[in-house]
Amino acid sequence: MKFLTLLARNRLALGGGVVMALVVLLALVTPILPLADPDVTDTARRFLPPFSEGALLGTDHLGRDLLSRLLWGTRLSLAVGFAAAISAATIGAAIGIVAGYFGGWLDNVVMRGVDMLMAFPYILLALAIVAALGPGLMNALIAVAAVNVPFFARNIRGITVGLAHREFVDAARLSGLSDTRIILSEVLPNVVPVIVIAMSTTVGWMILETAGLSFLGLGSQPPQADLGSMLGEARAALISHPHTSIVPGAMILIVVMSINLLGDGVRDALDPRLKSGALSRPRAATLVERKGPVPASEGRGLLEVQDLRTEFHVGPRTYRAVGGVSLHVEQGECLGIIGESGSGKSVTALSVMGLVASPPGVITGGAVRVEGEDMIGTPYRRLRDLRGRKVAYIFQDPLATLHPLYRVGDQLVEAIRAHRPIGRAEGRAKAIELLEAVRIPNAAKRISDYPHELSGGMRQRIGIAMALANDPDVIIADEPTTALDVTVQAQILSLLDDLRRSRGLAIVFITHDFGVVAQLCDRVAVMYAGRIVEEGPTASILETPCHPYTARLMACVPELGEGRRRLEAIPGLPPAVDKLPPGCAFADRCAKARAECRQGEIALSRAGPRAVRCLYPETPVMEAAQ
Amino acid sequence: MTAALRLDGLSKTFPVGRGWLGKPTASVKAVHPIDLTVPRGETLGIVGESGCGKSTLARMLVGLLPPSTGSIEIEGAALDTADPTAFGKRIQYVFQDPISSLNPRKTIRQVMEAPLRHLHGMKRAEREARIREIFADVNLREEFLDRYPHEFSGGQAQRIGIARALAADASILILDEPVSALDVSVQAQVLNLLADLKGKRDLTYLFISHDLAVVEAVADRIAVLYFGSVVEIGPAAQVFAAPRHPYTKLLADSAPVVGRPLTAPEAKGSELPDPLNPPPGCAFAARCLRATEQCRSTVPRLDDTGDGTRAACFHPLDAPTA
Repeated sequence: MKFLTLLARNRLALGGGVVMALVVLLALVTPILPLADPDVTDTARRFLPPFSEGALLGTDHLGRDLLSRLLWGTRLSLAVGFAAAISAATIGAAIGIVAGYFGGWLDNVVMRGVDMLMAFPYILLALAIVAALGPGLMNALIAVAAVNVPFFARNIRGITVGLAHREFVDAARLSGLSDTRIILSEVLPNVVPVIVIAMSTTVGWMILETAGLSFLGLGSQPPQADLGSMLGEARAALISHPHTSIVPGAMILIVVMSINLLGDGVRDALDPRLKSGALSRPRAATLVERKGPVPASEGRGLLEVQDLRTEFHVGPRTYRAVGGVSLHVEQGECLGIIGESGSGKSVTALSVMGLVASPPGVITGGAVRVEGEDMIGTPYRRLRDLRGRKVAYIFQDPLATLHPLYRVGDQLVEAIRAHRPIGRAEGRAKAIELLEAVRIPNAAKRISDYPHELSGGMRQRIGIAMALANDPDVIIADEPTTALDVTVQAQILSLLDDLRRSRGLAIVFITHDFGVVAQLCDRVAVMYAGRIVEEGPTASILETPCHPYTARLMACVPELGEGRRRLEAIPGLPPAVDKLPPGCAFADRCAKARAECRQGEIALSRAGPRAVRCLYPETPVMEAAQ
Repeated sequence: MTAALRLDGLSKTFPVGRGWLGKPTASVKAVHPIDLTVPRGETLGIVGESGCGKSTLARMLVGLLPPSTGSIEIEGAALDTADPTAFGKRIQYVFQDPISSLNPRKTIRQVMEAPLRHLHGMKRAEREARIREIFADVNLREEFLDRYPHEFSGGQAQRIGIARALAADASILILDEPVSALDVSVQAQVLNLLADLKGKRDLTYLFISHDLAVVEAVADRIAVLYFGSVVEIGPAAQVFAAPRHPYTKLLADSAPVVGRPLTAPEAKGSELPDPLNPPPGCAFAARCLRATEQCRSTVPRLDDTGDGTRAACFHPLDAPTA
């Protein structure tokens, strides 16, 4: 159903579909229409023009009724085209799945054979097959199917290789399924959409190829009509009686055109990449639709975020990823943001420099001030100037953020060049200096390495070096050590700590790990369902957490040195951010929740450096602030 | 008492590169010969960093990968063919990424029925009853059975993965990073569930993880893997509290702990040894402050250091004087 609505949204595909449906309908009802016999010759009535009496589209060189021949011919061409497409898809998919699933020498032998088939020019191969088998419609069908098998085989093999190494295939194997069953019940259902897409885009091509063979006299044999043979027979009278060529020619155009438009539509509607919106290019900066006034600056910190609101608008739904977050960080300070996935910590960080993808992201309120200048709604040119130069980012997965085809040194120089012109020699010197700053051994040699030649820890050092390239004042690190091993994580954390002390950097460190926060951050903000629920100096919060969520989150994290024990789990799941409950978002999982917790806004109550968003905190915030 | 699981010289070597006619040009030892005995009802934690061979070991244990040498014995019976159906009834696997271990085009009922039908040949009514029983055990609602994997959160999907492993009725579960894809609040739910199931069904666990604190919280014994070999194995309470192998100490010192100041436990930015060109002696020697000439030339064996711990080190750290 969703597929049909998606398809209908594409106007061209819809048009193609309607025309195609009409043509197919006509072809289906041809036998019951009151038409003249398509094969009866009447030389007295040859080359009648269209709209003659008894022959709506005229007659051909033997006086046969063109309308009747056209409809019967279309019927035949469509049938042959579809039959060829289905046989090519079936055989090709079977070859591709077997080769891709079993791999090894079987894959090698089969695919080299397919490659050899592909090395022949299309039409030449088809001609050779027909020459070997003899002319005739059935043989033309076999030829067209055969030349298209490699296309399907290669396509499907590629998909199958990916699927055969997926975990669910291993799981099926452990459940006792045989190879045949795994192919039929695990692999095939995941490949079918690809087969349909490949078929929908090639069936038009196959109809054309069949027509081509018939045109050359190798397909349908006289007196049987198909679109190609009609065109072939009319060739001699192309100048004197053009209508005999135009009628079948126009039909071929209509059929192939409508099938291709429909096929494109089917592909777009089935392709999962289009569904997620990945192919629609995001804007250079997040869309801003600020509702309400811009909060006035309170002049706190190098980076000041006030009442930031970021939403995702997907269809009719609104996901409130960040619902009014205020925080600030001073020079040389490290602020930790801790929360679970979906708590809005990353979106908060990305909103600062307008890096949330739009669509679907929209910043709907608040202000982000870097040295007092509001970043929300700043022209893109200015934003781009500040990105990397004032505020730089370090991301979780360094392999995904580095370009795989460029040397790391060149990527570093590019990051510098985005902000100021720099010569070759100077760029190289600067790149080496940066790599040394992040303690990469053998820096002069390492700058000509590609990202895949470096270990995870080394790649993350490059990521940090790139963030440092333009001497930013603020670094936003989004789970920079989550993908790393513990021994490497310890090195990276101490590196970041040294850098902030030696360069006076302000760091916003996003993590889900209390141990990391405790070791690195001066202050910490705990986020839940898009809001800050607790904030304060790290040591103070770890000692006396006020919000029940903070307390329970800390309790459920196992810590080294505590030995074997039962963990304190938090029951339930965080709420979906498109269906947030009124009042406290944690109420449903909280043992202390009362009726008041589930209604109205709950404000962040402050006392000294501590703040908590709770009506019944574990420890009163005044007491905790002492 | 027979051991639930016994590994005898189990190793895996992968061919690398391809010369003329597809002959491999080199080989990488992903897992060096391992001897290991896991008594029934124990949780053995296996820790190590990426590339240490823990996933290769796990895949060999469930028959997804044929071992190069050695044998696997389950409750006294040898299983040396790499045939997942032979393994399936006795030893099962819980995957790291719960969502991708479920076929996106199958309902949960179809997923759950597969082991019952193909490993145990159960009839429809029997299967229904069994699924109901297992779902009750892992706290899942039966209405989930007719839904598709994408409708579930990570924690729920991992319960389904555990339920599928239980359906095979195996007595040993290999848990390969079962909670590392989950949020901390959900992680605790799943860990507690695993602890409950173990008591109720008399299971033996091999718990593989990179998170030392999680392993310490769930395991009876811990084995530390480095570069394809067990370098230390001992009671969970001792391994990280009083490490004997320098690598174990490095791991323990690297884990971020509340209240411990931030220091890089390793000053030099040292890297793992090259698997294509392994060092002749101890693989950790290049990173080790205690390394001597002997360490660089001879591979140390896993020896008893007293107090129930065994370490593969010529110069083990001192036992705590308590």
